[in-house]
Amino acid sequence: MSTKLGMKHFWPFFWKLANPKVFMRWSGLCLPWIIALTVLCLGTGLIWGFFLTPDDARQGSTVKIIYLHVPSAFIAINGYFVMVLGSLFWLVRRQHVSVLVAKASAPIGMTMTVIALTTGAIWGQPIWGTYWVWDPRLTSFLILFLFYIGYVALWAAIDDQDKVADLTSVLALVGAVFAVLSRYAVIFWNQGLHQGTTVTIADGVSQKNISSIFFQPLLLSMIGFGLLFLTLLLIGARTEIRAQRLQVLEGLERLK
Amino acid sequence: MIQLFTRDVVLSVRSGGGFGLALVFFLILVVLMPFALGPDQSVLAKIAPGLLWLGALLACLLSSDRIFGMDYEDGTLELLATSPLPLESVYLAKAAAHWFTTGLPLSLAAPVFGILLNLNLEVGGVLCLSLLLGTPALSLIGSFGATLTLGVRRGGLLLSLLVLPLYIPTLIFGALTVNAAALGKELDGSLIPILAITLGAIAILPFFSAMALRANLQ
Amino acid sequence: MLKVSNLSVGRGRISLLNDVNFMLKAGQALVLRGPNGVGKTTLLRCVAGLQDPLLGDINLEGSVAYAAHAEGIKGSMSVFENLKFWADVYGGSMTEEVLLAYKLNDLAQRPAANLSAGQKRRLSLTRMLVTGCDLWIMDEPTASLDAENIALFYMTIDSHLQAGGAALLSAHNDLNINAETLDLAQFCKARSIVTSNFDEPLE
Repeated sequence: MSTKLGMKHFWPFFWKLANPKVFMRWSGLCLPWIIALTVLCLGTGLIWGFFLTPDDARQGSTVKIIYLHVPSAFIAINGYFVMVLGSLFWLVRRQHVSVLVAKASAPIGMTMTVIALTTGAIWGQPIWGTYWVWDPRLTSFLILFLFYIGYVALWAAIDDQDKVADLTSVLALVGAVFAVLSRYAVIFWNQGLHQGTTVTIADGVSQKNISSIFFQPLLLSMIGFGLLFLTLLLIGARTEIRAQRLQVLEGLERLK
Repeated sequence: MIQLFTRDVVLSVRSGGGFGLALVFFLILVVLMPFALGPDQSVLAKIAPGLLWLGALLACLLSSDRIFGMDYEDGTLELLATSPLPLESVYLAKAAAHWFTTGLPLSLAAPVFGILLNLNLEVGGVLCLSLLLGTPALSLIGSFGATLTLGVRRGGLLLSLLVLPLYIPTLIFGALTVNAAALGKELDGSLIPILAITLGAIAILPFFSAMALRANLQ
Repeated sequence: MLKVSNLSVGRGRISLLNDVNFMLKAGQALVLRGPNGVGKTTLLRCVAGLQDPLLGDINLEGSVAYAAHAEGIKGSMSVFENLKFWADVYGGSMTEEVLLAYKLNDLAQRPAANLSAGQKRRLSLTRMLVTGCDLWIMDEPTASLDAENIALFYMTIDSHLQAGGAALLSAHNDLNINAETLDLAQFCKARSIVTSNFDEPLE
């Protein structure tokens, strides 16, 4: 492998991953390292965040749920993004691995949405005085959850693998358009009380809405959650590929 | 395209499946509401715009799994797919026929049913207008959902699971417009987002629906 | 008019027929023969463009009308209305004479729901006439027809071929028409499966 991994080298390699064998080899090689990194980042980030930062002046120790809430929300959205990209690649390039990655991404993203909503509710009780408000951001996440459910349910409803891959991909793309539309409709519908985005990255410079004492462990747990997503995604996709292989081998056996 | 639209309208009028049923379902929903919420006139007037929009939306959804279902089962869809008519047009014609037999009568009936919920006629006019602009989007989205669940046995429940989240933006803008009118505000272009969703649905959904139909006919 | 080369077709991922080759010129008809489940319908669906072949090419010139097993007849419309609809869809013309081909003229105004199986089949055969297409692809066209109507069918096919049309038919028994017969049983020997590289050892 060349030491300079420029874009020129990246894309040909990326497309090669669409071959199940290549994908299995590379994901198998990377997985132990990614798991180790996940444990390291998530462990450090969460322990640092939970035990080694002071309580917030106003919010007390409740603020510490932020180390679960913000990263899970971040992954919930990006999981949907991965799902849409995988679906798009399938419709354009007709290679199974991409749609299997999309399929694997959905339940992870869905779970992350539930985690984000639950931790948000637990945090909201003492701070806002209620578990749930119809705030735009909360509402958008609930809607995102509904979109995830639809996608997963469609996968479960049809047996023919190629057909269901097409249909779920179409749903993912149309769903993405309507999810974005819902987001803006909901903002229009109710200006909310949720605080602004916690971490915004603009022009490569981190602008912080919270003080850096909380920010550093938060960043670490966000990276940790990102790696956790990658780990689960790879394991999920590898399982799906093995299931496909099993189907093909069974088919071959029946032909003999 | 026109021939398919006309045929679908004729079929739904003759078989009595979609045409009257959605309207009656809408009426029953409106009649049940006061039983659930109490007969207080001021409460009913306050929630009437939202209820009527929601009722119209559910009535639209209820009839959408038959849009392609009948033609799929009796083989017509296969024959249409091999005809010179592109599947995009098949989808548009069928969605249009669905709107003509459900969305249009629902929109016109909504202000009349609104009287039962103490909705004044002026707001009723805005409600009718917003439904006229919004129900085409509901029919288009419902038909799109129907192309996805075509081969699924008893796909009705799955269809609502897929379609209801897609209805959210239309519902939000629709109900928002009528609620604002009920508070005595000017329209001020609040119908534009509804129209935009309908036009956007016309622009993108035929392409994706045709793709889904093709996959389902494989 | 139609050239099929090295065609493999299948259901799901498993191929039913492999390496199918045939040609059809204007004025010719071809009967695909084979027992139930051999892949007649699948092959016809591929040629009609409903289904993607697993491998191979289908070159088609001219317009195609397809008649499937399911006839797509609307029971609440009359025989005439059913035919008129398809004539409109194909941009063809609907005349009273067309009804004579299968003697449907007396039934023209009857709701299609009240037709017998044989009458429905005659309606679906008449449908091919109103499409005005060059190539007719018909899946077991003679099913549920009596001897008299089978004779009418042969006559209609003959006049279609003489007018420069072509027909691709499937049947599980002999058809008594002037056409070549292709036995599909010979193509289903080397059945295979589309593996999309999933058969390679993974680790």
